[in-house]
Amino acid sequence: MKKSEKIAGNVANYVDERTGAAKWLKKNLTKVFPDHWSFMLGEVALYSFIILLFSGTFLTFWFDPSQRDVVYNGSYTPLADVKMSAAYASALHISFDVRGGLLMRQIHHWAALLFMAAMIAHLMRIFFTGAFRKPREANWLIGVGLVTLGIVEGFLGYSLPDDLLSGTGIRIAEAILQAIPVVGSYLAFFAFGGAFPGHVFIPRIYTVHVLLLPGIFLALITVHLMLVWYQKHTQYPGPGRTEKNVVGYPLMPVYMAKAGGFFFIVFGVTALLGAVASINPIWLYGPYTPGQISAGSQPDFYMGWLDGLVRMSPPLETHAFGHTISWNILIPGLIVPGILFTGMALYPFIESWMTGDKREHHLLDRPRNNPNRTALGAMSLAFMLVILINGGNDLIATHFHLTINQIMWFTRIAVFVVPPIVFVITKRLCLSLQRADREIVLHGRETGRLVMMPNGEFVEVHEELSAEKKFTLTQHEQPQALEVPTTDRSGVRNPQGIKGKLRARMSQAHVEQVPAPSQEEAKALEGGHH
Amino acid sequence: MSNEISKFQDPGLPAHQHRKSDHDPKAEKRAEQQVAILFLLSAISTVGTVASYIFIKPGKFVFLPIMGDVDAQQLFLGLGLAFSLLFIGFGAVQWARRLMPDEEVIAERHEFRSEDADRKDFVDTVKERAGTVGLGRRSLIKRSLGLALGLVGITPLVMLRDLGPLPKKQLETTSWAAGTRLVTDPGDRPLRPEDLEVGSVAQVLPFLAQGEERTLENIGKDAVLLIRLRPEEFQLDSKRLSWTHDGIIAFSKICSHMGCAVALYEQQTKHLLCPCHQSTFDVTRAAKVIFGPAARPLPQLAITVDSEGYLVAQQGFTEPIGPSFWERSS
Amino acid sequence: MNFGINKLSRYRRHRFATPALMLVALIAVGSTFSVASALTANKETTQSAMSTQVAEGKSIFERGCSSCHGLNAEGSKIAPSLIGVGAASVDFQVGTGRMPMADMSQQAMRKTPKYNAEETAALAAYVASLAPGPDSVNEAAISWERDGNTAQGGELFRTNCAMCHNFAGQGGALTQGKYAPTLMGVDAKYIYEAMITGPQSMPIFNDKTITPAEKLSIIKWLKAAQSEPNLGGASLGRTGPVTEGLLAWVMGLGILIGIAVWLASKAR
Repeated sequence: MKKSEKIAGNVANYVDERTGAAKWLKKNLTKVFPDHWSFMLGEVALYSFIILLFSGTFLTFWFDPSQRDVVYNGSYTPLADVKMSAAYASALHISFDVRGGLLMRQIHHWAALLFMAAMIAHLMRIFFTGAFRKPREANWLIGVGLVTLGIVEGFLGYSLPDDLLSGTGIRIAEAILQAIPVVGSYLAFFAFGGAFPGHVFIPRIYTVHVLLLPGIFLALITVHLMLVWYQKHTQYPGPGRTEKNVVGYPLMPVYMAKAGGFFFIVFGVTALLGAVASINPIWLYGPYTPGQISAGSQPDFYMGWLDGLVRMSPPLETHAFGHTISWNILIPGLIVPGILFTGMALYPFIESWMTGDKREHHLLDRPRNNPNRTALGAMSLAFMLVILINGGNDLIATHFHLTINQIMWFTRIAVFVVPPIVFVITKRLCLSLQRADREIVLHGRETGRLVMMPNGEFVEVHEELSAEKKFTLTQHEQPQALEVPTTDRSGVRNPQGIKGKLRARMSQAHVEQVPAPSQEEAKALEGGHH
Repeated sequence: MSNEISKFQDPGLPAHQHRKSDHDPKAEKRAEQQVAILFLLSAISTVGTVASYIFIKPGKFVFLPIMGDVDAQQLFLGLGLAFSLLFIGFGAVQWARRLMPDEEVIAERHEFRSEDADRKDFVDTVKERAGTVGLGRRSLIKRSLGLALGLVGITPLVMLRDLGPLPKKQLETTSWAAGTRLVTDPGDRPLRPEDLEVGSVAQVLPFLAQGEERTLENIGKDAVLLIRLRPEEFQLDSKRLSWTHDGIIAFSKICSHMGCAVALYEQQTKHLLCPCHQSTFDVTRAAKVIFGPAARPLPQLAITVDSEGYLVAQQGFTEPIGPSFWERSS
Repeated sequence: MNFGINKLSRYRRHRFATPALMLVALIAVGSTFSVASALTANKETTQSAMSTQVAEGKSIFERGCSSCHGLNAEGSKIAPSLIGVGAASVDFQVGTGRMPMADMSQQAMRKTPKYNAEETAALAAYVASLAPGPDSVNEAAISWERDGNTAQGGELFRTNCAMCHNFAGQGGALTQGKYAPTLMGVDAKYIYEAMITGPQSMPIFNDKTITPAEKLSIIKWLKAAQSEPNLGGASLGRTGPVTEGLLAWVMGLGILIGIAVWLASKAR
């Protein structure tokens, strides 16, 4: 036995005698993870979170979360002797007087954007493949929670430097707080320790940004990953893959190397962005004061949709009995986002209710094989995209020689018109893709080779698909519409009639499918054709 | 119709295909070298990163196409860090792809649902345990505990009370009062009507006595935009017209929608635009909203001149400035 | 010939008829002028230089500008009166190529000037002779480099200019397709003239609201912003988070997805 082996053995023995870890590790080192690029999206999110912890900690060493007035005397001369908050001055100090400080600031911000983008892409993957179904509903809820908290955390993060752009964002957040009926002005005064902007908001959100929310993130991410571990990963359908197994590579060594390597790649790409692309150039924005503003004041993209929604809102306000309710803030700022996120969180339960499907699912759906869900997802994306476009309407206007008024009116109408159209088109598209699958299974792949038949007729040679491919294209379920009784057993109208009808109607829409070809059909064709 | 039909059979996991490096020792050697080179490149990059940190002085710029002049230290530090990380990543992944066993393995899933017997045992245990404390019987304890638990959450809420003062009238008041001079922001110079010509604007704040300090809270409520038009361009009622002076009209610069600074004044159309949400106000009609989400005009400040001929406020704002809030009465 | 006119006359009452005719007239006048000016350049050296310049300006005006602004610069339905706008305004509008306008679109754009410096000065002298107004600014006379204060200029810029021209002077959108142009690469004197004359949508910032010294500071800050190297890497247009978000998705997540595809692929 080599010396190193002996030392390792001693350490392992020490740990195992105290924890019994060997048994657990033995089982889990061979744990199987299926390989697919789309399964890496969640990893991108996880790794950018870790990068955020590292880079964020670095920034805290110099950042001074204080709104105390200081006069800047650092090395960025265009702001020499300007009165500003200590927070802004220290953010400038990090950028220009700490070597690598600007790089870390930019890595932190790029990682934040990547964190949000990856979470959203991951969420889309989960949605479109039906990975949220039983038994993974809880993990879906945690995921929705993480996206929501991510938006808040990101907003607080870019608010900290107290530059002109972020101060404008805080001003808008304050207006939303203030608009809440009955308690709004109290909430705003409590949050800001008095009138806006006050001297306490940045120190307060600093604690939330670096302690409270990261703590909650860590807890939620831990549970999220433990559930993935315990419930095992889902997998795409294919030969040898069933609801009862999971096919892939063992944790040790393949998955460890790939996932570990991917962490470095994600960190590397983030560092690359931080090195070559400027982000949030706070020194150009200037320090915040409520009397100043810049053209094209926008939030980061994950808030941009919200800003677009606020922009397109109609000018509604109610004044009655000496009180004011600002619908123009409440509807786009709180009510619509509330409905969107609640709907998203509840979707697994809604789908299970309308299909009556209470079984476990470990095989993913190909998006085309669930046209209704895919169309619903595409519709929601279309909605978000339309309002996101309006969030950048001023830049779009100047770059494409349009007017903000045109874009505003276009999106005001499009937000109602486009999503349903996208729904219908996506659903039709899914069904025709299913039809194409059916064709190719029954008639084979077109090879483009023409052959002359004995009777002089030219036919194209069709190549039969492999058994693996045929199985992959036909394995999906052929769901039946739910039969919801509208009357009870004795024939009396069910009091839940309307709910039942709705459920039947939704279920009907959900099961619309092109029937998958069967072996009999294939045989029948074989007999008659070739 | 699809009930009786038989689906295509699962042909099972396809046969494993060996890679070149699995049977060709040369290919294996090459893959090994490739991985090692990647790791070495990372090591070199790290050395480069440290060297950039130490040797590149701040304020050195290099010109790069597309990017223009960029800070050399920031760039090389970043590139060095990026490559030292990327090459480790690429090396590890390449190692896994080329040299580690790539045969797919099958693991069985276990059912999550517990055995019926276990479930029954669990329910029985819970019932039995609950029975020993007599939770069912002792409703007095149950209710009082419920009350206590319900109330205990109030403490932290109450203790948050000192986060800030009550708003009182603060949202409804500004520093403007009758006779307050309008001074430029920045600069604090008082203005005479003749200082503004038709078509000009000025960002103004209330005059500050010596020794007083202008806080951001003040600016957030007091910022005013002064605009001079030709008097005949106004379409105002007589009261609002009397709030103007010789074609000069003053509005709160704090948007009545969400509080951004509304200061994009278009001299030709006499429109004011808020850059945050694009509410557009018509200056000639007392800042009436003509586009966008704002529901109320910008509050107008009544102005006149004092004995020395400087522009002053006739009175404070007659309505709260800025975004709406519950207690706002109009 | 005849049929062409018949065909055209059908469009007489078209709503673009007037502007279109104006345009034709403008081009015609402009092209004759360019020939004529060469011929008249060396004449009339006996009169005093000042009145020569005014007279020359008047003649340029009559040929190049009067179709819209009226024969005596009194203005018309489609163009404002130029009486009292001063030499500064002419110098800015003509010197930056905004006037004469290429078409009757929403806003006059900065383009290659049609008249050279001498002709512009003549036009300015003529317009200034109609009624007093702000005088044009001599590039050499505004010593922004010596007298300006960058940091103070930044503060003034953010209070008075950034709301339209963006925090870094990159320009921004106004209502109905109008826009505040970028201030990058604009000569100091034109920035100065724009402030004192308030061209098009821009309001006037006269010497009482922003003092001449403050104007120089604004210019100095703008020049500093323009020549400032990209301290954090590619500037992404200095327009804020929109381009950053786009890059995060395309370059950040896009590249990583590409790498993930490679990572999950089977090696040969």
